[in-house]
Amino acid sequence: MKTIADIVCPTPLPTKDTVLLGHGSGGKLSGDLVREIFLPAFQNPVLARLDDQAVFAVDKCRLAMTTDSFVVKPLFFPGGDIGSLAVNGTINDLAMGGARPLYLSAAFILEEGLSFEVLRRVVQSMREAAAEAGVAIVTGDTKVVERGSGDEIFVTTTGIGVVPDGVSLSADQAKPGDKVLLSGSIGDHGIAILAQREGLEFESEIESDSAALHTLVAGMLSVGGGIRCMRDPTRGGLSSTLNEIAAQSGVGIELVEQEIPVREEVRGACEMLGLDPLYVANEGKLVAIVEPGAARGILTAMRQHPLGREARMVGTITAANRGLVIMRTALGTTRIVDMLAGDQLPRIC
Amino acid sequence: MKYIDEYRDGRIALALAAQLGEACTRPWVLMEICGGQTHTIMRYGLDELLPKGVELVHGPGCPVCVTPLETIDKALALAEMPDVTLVSYGDMLRVPGSHSDLFRAKAKGADVRIAYSPTEAVRLARTMPERHVVFLAIGFETTAPANAMAAWMAKREELKNFSLLVSHVLVPPAIRALMASPANRVQGFIAPGHVCTVMGCGEYEALIRDFHVPIVVGGFEPVDLLEATLMLVKQLEAGEARLENQYVRSVSYEGNRTAHGIMRAVFEVADQKWRGIGTIPESGLHLRPEYADYDANVIFHLAPITAEEPAECISAQVLQGLRKPTDCPAFAMRCTPDNPLGAPMVSSEGACAAYYRYRRHTRAS
Repeated sequence: MKTIADIVCPTPLPTKDTVLLGHGSGGKLSGDLVREIFLPAFQNPVLARLDDQAVFAVDKCRLAMTTDSFVVKPLFFPGGDIGSLAVNGTINDLAMGGARPLYLSAAFILEEGLSFEVLRRVVQSMREAAAEAGVAIVTGDTKVVERGSGDEIFVTTTGIGVVPDGVSLSADQAKPGDKVLLSGSIGDHGIAILAQREGLEFESEIESDSAALHTLVAGMLSVGGGIRCMRDPTRGGLSSTLNEIAAQSGVGIELVEQEIPVREEVRGACEMLGLDPLYVANEGKLVAIVEPGAARGILTAMRQHPLGREARMVGTITAANRGLVIMRTALGTTRIVDMLAGDQLPRIC
Repeated sequence: MKYIDEYRDGRIALALAAQLGEACTRPWVLMEICGGQTHTIMRYGLDELLPKGVELVHGPGCPVCVTPLETIDKALALAEMPDVTLVSYGDMLRVPGSHSDLFRAKAKGADVRIAYSPTEAVRLARTMPERHVVFLAIGFETTAPANAMAAWMAKREELKNFSLLVSHVLVPPAIRALMASPANRVQGFIAPGHVCTVMGCGEYEALIRDFHVPIVVGGFEPVDLLEATLMLVKQLEAGEARLENQYVRSVSYEGNRTAHGIMRAVFEVADQKWRGIGTIPESGLHLRPEYADYDANVIFHLAPITAEEPAECISAQVLQGLRKPTDCPAFAMRCTPDNPLGAPMVSSEGACAAYYRYRRHTRAS
């Protein structure tokens, strides 16, 4: 028998030359794409902040602008659909910069053969979501591609909002001692999509948490300062969002496992499918890094809002373990919460 | 969640760790066989709870890690055929072959799909008579019954467009090879609970007799692994070598006889190459000659591929528990999960990936 002498090792693969599904996962590969392809091409100080939204001054007004494409499959799922998702997602990216969302654009890529009935349902859902959030969809575009070149509907929304005076949030502002607040349970959206797609059934249906967060944010801002940065943990989940903040601020983040709320059905689905809820997408949750002295007041404000009722303090910013997110487990031990390398679930938003 | 929460309970875990501290009077080297167990140890930081004397080394039980390079290369060759749809478990898609991986092949136009179960691939074959569906059937005794079932179903239905590319490995022959190696350091084994759920525990009696080594069948939650470790340490301290079953909520002595039946009907035991280790006699399962019509090797006339692997990574020693992933100069530097040099960095069950994902901070401090 051959034994230890036969040391073998697979050949390293050639350098990256092809776009993989994982490049859309919101994890490490997505980050590589931004750093290696887009940033060098478009470089400017506004983009370089790499926040969910660009903030810039026009005359004396500070505007926030963001854009997001939606390619979710299936188009309709428990708790939402591609239309409401496209409206809420862009509102949330504006809100995470503290901005008050005002106007949206909507661009549609439609696949030849799509039924008008489906298109109407999507558009109606966008209308309702925009009305509920108090924003107007003021411009748009439509393109149709041959059957097979798209997948029913892809929607891109762009949003503009106004950032109130005195508000300046960015992922590079976290400081040791700051607290990490989370607005509610994680993993609902990704698991709702997966359950729908795979035909999984649970005792009670898992619904996407898709929601517009700007009024929750307004409530948090009204407390009067103390918020360093906010993010909505969408693709790539809570772990990717916190890893980005740790990297951009050059700090460590220590989380407390028992404090992170995960709904029982979501936990069950994750156990069954071998997924970690920390990596599963959310569409109606936010994570805020806040000054330690302001944490309690902001948390109270969050809990008074329907979308923040289950808000918790889930961790602390540390000077140690710079660039890493560390989890303190229920056993009192620690582990790294790494960024996702590849893809956990395709086409979730 | 029943059967989960109590096995992740911090108080129970700490009580077991305290008992371990009392039971352990000298150093012991123990190996958990299964990659799923390695994953739990790293994820829950169980190494932080063990007494200094107890060293857990990680075994070869990551099916993705030990699947030979040749098999990956064959799967890539099949996937690139225009009328073939290649189906496999998700983890396999990222494993580097000699020149590419299945994700890259998919990005370049190959029809590669992920399935949770091989019977999904059979269903796919039924619905796409114009294409040939190949299922990349890898794994230990745990996945063998389902893979056998897929072949059995295809034969019963006389499907002409379905086949399996099989690379199955067996646990007991691997333990025998490890124990027979002059470099072996392992003094006790935590046997893989899921494999034993299928196979039962009787297979380990011969190993215990031949090598006087204690074997405890263990589960996959932190409390399972701490309890199994405690059972091993107690035996070792008392100079005993017995078979014990910690994972009684899942494992019986006989195992699942229905599963044995379908495995025997479809597969036969054969010599098998393990990536990183080499060929181990009678350590694999191949399709029986009666199933030749469902053997991708036969119907596509796949010539044996010999793939050359340069010697930078130390996966061989890692898979045999001789060295830790952190002993490798490439670890976390040139070798990371998004740019893996060796298979143990690819699968989430691989020892290197588990160290990278969960334990980098302990090495730095």
